[in-house]
Amino acid sequence: EDEDDVDGLEAWERAYADERSWESLQEDESGLLRSIDNKALYHAQYRRRLRAASRIQKGLIRYLCIVIDLSRAASETDFRPSRMAVVAKNVEAFIREFFDQNPLSQIGLVTIKDGVANCLTDLGGSPESHIKALMGKLECSGDSSLQNALDLVCGYLEQIPSYGHREVLILNSALSTCDPGDIMETIQKCKKSKVRCSVIGLSAEIFICKHICQETGGLYSVAVDESHFKELILEHAPPPPAIAEFAIANLIKMGFPQRAAENVISICLCHKEARGGGYTCPRCKARVCELPTECRICGLTLVSSPHLARSYHHLFPIAPFDEVTPVLSSSQHKLPKSCFGCQQSLLNPGNRPSLSVECPRCKQFFCIDCDIYIHESLHNCPGCESFR
Amino acid sequence: MASAPSKLYADDVSLLVVLLDANPFFWSASSLPFSKFISHVISFLNSVLLLNQLNQIVVIATGHNCCDYVYDSSSPASRSAGTGKLSALSVDLLEKLEEFVGRDEKLLKKEPEGSIASSLLSGSLSMALCYIQRVFRSGPRHPHPRILCLHGSQDGPEQYVAIMNAIFSAQRSMVPIDSCFIGAQNSAFLQQASYITGGVYLKPQLLEGTFQYLSTVFGTDLHSRGFLQLPKSVGVDFRASCFCHKKTIDMGYICSVCLSIFCKHHKKCSTCGSVFGQPHSEAASEPNKKRKAGDT
Repeated sequence: EDEDDVDGLEAWERAYADERSWESLQEDESGLLRSIDNKALYHAQYRRRLRAASRIQKGLIRYLCIVIDLSRAASETDFRPSRMAVVAKNVEAFIREFFDQNPLSQIGLVTIKDGVANCLTDLGGSPESHIKALMGKLECSGDSSLQNALDLVCGYLEQIPSYGHREVLILNSALSTCDPGDIMETIQKCKKSKVRCSVIGLSAEIFICKHICQETGGLYSVAVDESHFKELILEHAPPPPAIAEFAIANLIKMGFPQRAAENVISICLCHKEARGGGYTCPRCKARVCELPTECRICGLTLVSSPHLARSYHHLFPIAPFDEVTPVLSSSQHKLPKSCFGCQQSLLNPGNRPSLSVECPRCKQFFCIDCDIYIHESLHNCPGCESFR
Repeated sequence: MASAPSKLYADDVSLLVVLLDANPFFWSASSLPFSKFISHVISFLNSVLLLNQLNQIVVIATGHNCCDYVYDSSSPASRSAGTGKLSALSVDLLEKLEEFVGRDEKLLKKEPEGSIASSLLSGSLSMALCYIQRVFRSGPRHPHPRILCLHGSQDGPEQYVAIMNAIFSAQRSMVPIDSCFIGAQNSAFLQQASYITGGVYLKPQLLEGTFQYLSTVFGTDLHSRGFLQLPKSVGVDFRASCFCHKKTIDMGYICSVCLSIFCKHHKKCSTCGSVFGQPHSEAASEPNKKRKAGDT
């Protein structure tokens, strides 16, 4: 019996075969095992991310095409249950996160199978239609073709308005590409059309992917396991730095419909049935069920003010907090005993000060968990907001 | 862990974070005196603690110049025994509240111009959300948190962006924001907060019955709300205000770079300096940080 058959292992054996828990142990100078301080590690990673993201203008209206590789390499099982399943699951999570952070943007899905690129869903602003297509039966076969994918995507992205930022995210499993012509020409075409291509590889680093990303200003990364892949793909959810010449600034006409009361019945455009509630287009008075959307009758983009407000934190980011070094905090009277945000004690057992941070504007102290939460999710400093 | 026969925290245990408006400018003009209002609130908070012995309450006071925690039922200091007439909660809360009001008054730099004297709702919302995150971090078993705003002051338009940030963060963490609004006219910010996060917004008609409204509408835990008929949201106004005149518009123009809203066509965006119709230059000025974002 082939011992590589995972199903033949007991559950306890699998813990040693699959998750090599001994690799996460660390030793200190004298060779004794050291407990892993996950919190400090996580905080250090977060500080690195924060330093990388400085205050630069970001492209807020994005048109992103996700290219999913469904060649035979995607059926490999080194990512459990298979690369394709992991990709589909994470793309779904990514789509939700993307529309959460970029409500005015649109996504389109493209697949590569048997050397041919096909459009799975058109560019659209509603997450449900994309997720439904992903949940459908996806089969892998044949070769991958990067050139066909890029050609198809460039064709779609040519039609979008000039103020939008054009992006492609390729999720590549294959180690080779089967192209009908010269892929370098296609890359130059992308570059000229100002399309920013990023690639996430699931197998190994490939020169041509690196070249595409370098030429077009995108990001290339290779995932080592499932959780790393999730991390990498979610990195593409926040808006990337805007390359100034890429999009033309423009005034976009938009409508802000009022929400009708539940007892006002009208036929809606999306479902073609009589319903109460919903929103009325201010220009042509047609009824739509949800926002943001484009009115099908007159073409006006309909949004609500919270949708725009979701992106305001990119324009008004809060300053990173300063780390409080242990030397400074030796003057005990200077360091407060609890975090301003969550009231958690800033002292370790034994009255030694634990890691804390300070806001440079309001001079309040916070614990490192609040630091991460404030900068990654809340985007408000409680201290600055609590004082006039 | 052995298969415990009961979860440590069942579905109906709540953590209630109350944001209490202590803005002196609002209370001095209110028909209901602050002391009477506090007695309604204390009765309500005691009744919530009685509903389930694992329920927790945190009260954050929202002042005109500062915000601070004034009560935490889970902190060891709050176990002090009450006097004969007052419960432990009353004693602690009233003491801290008095101290807070004094501090708030001392921080007053100048009288607010015009009639709008808003309180710092964005500050107390942010603090409440940080506290709730701490509760989430404490492990897989924790009470279900929700936020209740007992608010009456008018909306301060300068807080729009901060309040929207807090609302979206609450929505992502699935924390409902309820509001019992005791001011004169509806608060658009709190209506939006309740609509977006799935909370309840109520403007009581008779302030003398505040305790009744609080205990019947806001007293139940999130799980039990599924069985109740609670006030539904009507007429939430999601229209935007233009940045140039602050008037509410239903059709406008959006700058594609910074998403500022204008009512008329302009050649240049006043917030980010982008010139429309031309690729924007490298030296586009930074967005104006102190802009007063329009409220709805």
